[in-house]
Amino acid sequence: MSRVKVLRPPLTEEVVEELRVGDQVLFTGRLLTARDAAHQRLVEALRRGEELPVDLKGQVIYYTGPTPAPPGRVIGSAGPTTSGRMDPYTPSLLAKGLKGMIGKGYRSLEVREALVKFRAVYFVTYGGAGALLSRCIKGVRLVAYPELGPEAIYEFWVEDFPAWVANDIYGGDIYKASLSQHCGRG
Amino acid sequence: MREIAATEVTATVARLFREANLYLPPDVKEALKRARERESFPRAREILSRLLENALIAEKEGLPICQDTGIAVVFLEVGQEVRVVGKLEEAVHEGVREGFRQGYLRASVVRHPLDRVNTGDSTPAVIHTRLVPGDRLKITVMPKGAGSENMGMVKVLRPADGREGVKRLVLETVQRAGPNACPPLVVGVGIGGTVEKAALLAKEAVLRPVGSRHPHPLEAELEEELLEAINCLGIGPLGLGGDTTALAVHVATYPCHIASLPVAVNLSCHATRHRTAVL
Repeated sequence: MSRVKVLRPPLTEEVVEELRVGDQVLFTGRLLTARDAAHQRLVEALRRGEELPVDLKGQVIYYTGPTPAPPGRVIGSAGPTTSGRMDPYTPSLLAKGLKGMIGKGYRSLEVREALVKFRAVYFVTYGGAGALLSRCIKGVRLVAYPELGPEAIYEFWVEDFPAWVANDIYGGDIYKASLSQHCGRG
Repeated sequence: MREIAATEVTATVARLFREANLYLPPDVKEALKRARERESFPRAREILSRLLENALIAEKEGLPICQDTGIAVVFLEVGQEVRVVGKLEEAVHEGVREGFRQGYLRASVVRHPLDRVNTGDSTPAVIHTRLVPGDRLKITVMPKGAGSENMGMVKVLRPADGREGVKRLVLETVQRAGPNACPPLVVGVGIGGTVEKAALLAKEAVLRPVGSRHPHPLEAELEEELLEAINCLGIGPLGLGGDTTALAVHVATYPCHIASLPVAVNLSCHATRHRTAVL
């Protein structure tokens, strides 16, 4: 495993080129959130030829649907959701300049190929550790689709938000790499 | 006939859901600690530490362990000599509504599987009721997250597939789930009955204390073999490699038709949450 890299979105071409599967990273700055319903809306808007409510160029989307913020907190529990459900929508967003996604779990072959083609990176973070991750979220602002509640698009201001590079622009896959190291399997 | 007010059921269900989402059961916590000691992969050890830290933060700061506070699964064991004054199922749904609101838990249920509009209060609950002897009402709540629930499996095998067929199906299910189900898992396996009986057995098996041994040798041996085989898959905590893919395998069986071998696998993530009260 290599050293920890600090990432400050928007991600540039140069930054993305340096990232390799298994790298540990810490995000500081702005992340966008979106999950199933928001993805559906974004892709429908693209199909109709409309402007998106948020510019995706260089941005990183965090797949999360947080719990409501208890009094005195900026956010509730906010861990990653299963990324695979966003697979059907992802290539269209990558084509609009999206540079990174944070979630948990496998991506489809189509998404992995799109990551190589559009030079973007898929990150994974601590699944099921929403309380831990909420500590890294310092500010929250609603960006679009308020009617979707926890599924709306928010802007998170994060500090030292931890993740690993799961799929890089060179076709590497953390899940394949992890398995092949174990019990002589591969 | 002993009487219990429906309002008492509501208050209890509400409290149990708040607590279940905030406090990781001690048996699960202990199992995570034991796994950390045994784990030979540095990254896997580090992840297990962070998962334990997450449980601690949830407890101390009153935040849900996971943002997926689940669909509300409720098991009721109603004593034959107890009468609930009011509507029992309504009381449970109301308890879910209250508990999720008071506990700042996420509304994660849609009113229809196809039109998919959020009900806004995580109702209705999925309720399983059994009539049992006695004058008590036992309520067990299980907030079940979709990450692990989505990777479950029910299949009817041929009797000739036997024990090996069951093992193959469980291993394939865990393998296919990989990182998506948030390992290390508690794996519930229901064998026998009918399609729906096997599914329910598998779900109930998840609730058994982690680290407990099945009283019957046939099941106990199968559990041990499966646990070893699963942990040899190398999926590891969060699917990022390691020795700890499952914390436990719990098998439950039931007699079945001469021509069937129904098998269900219910997966639960490292945050296996449940809470019980007896009224």
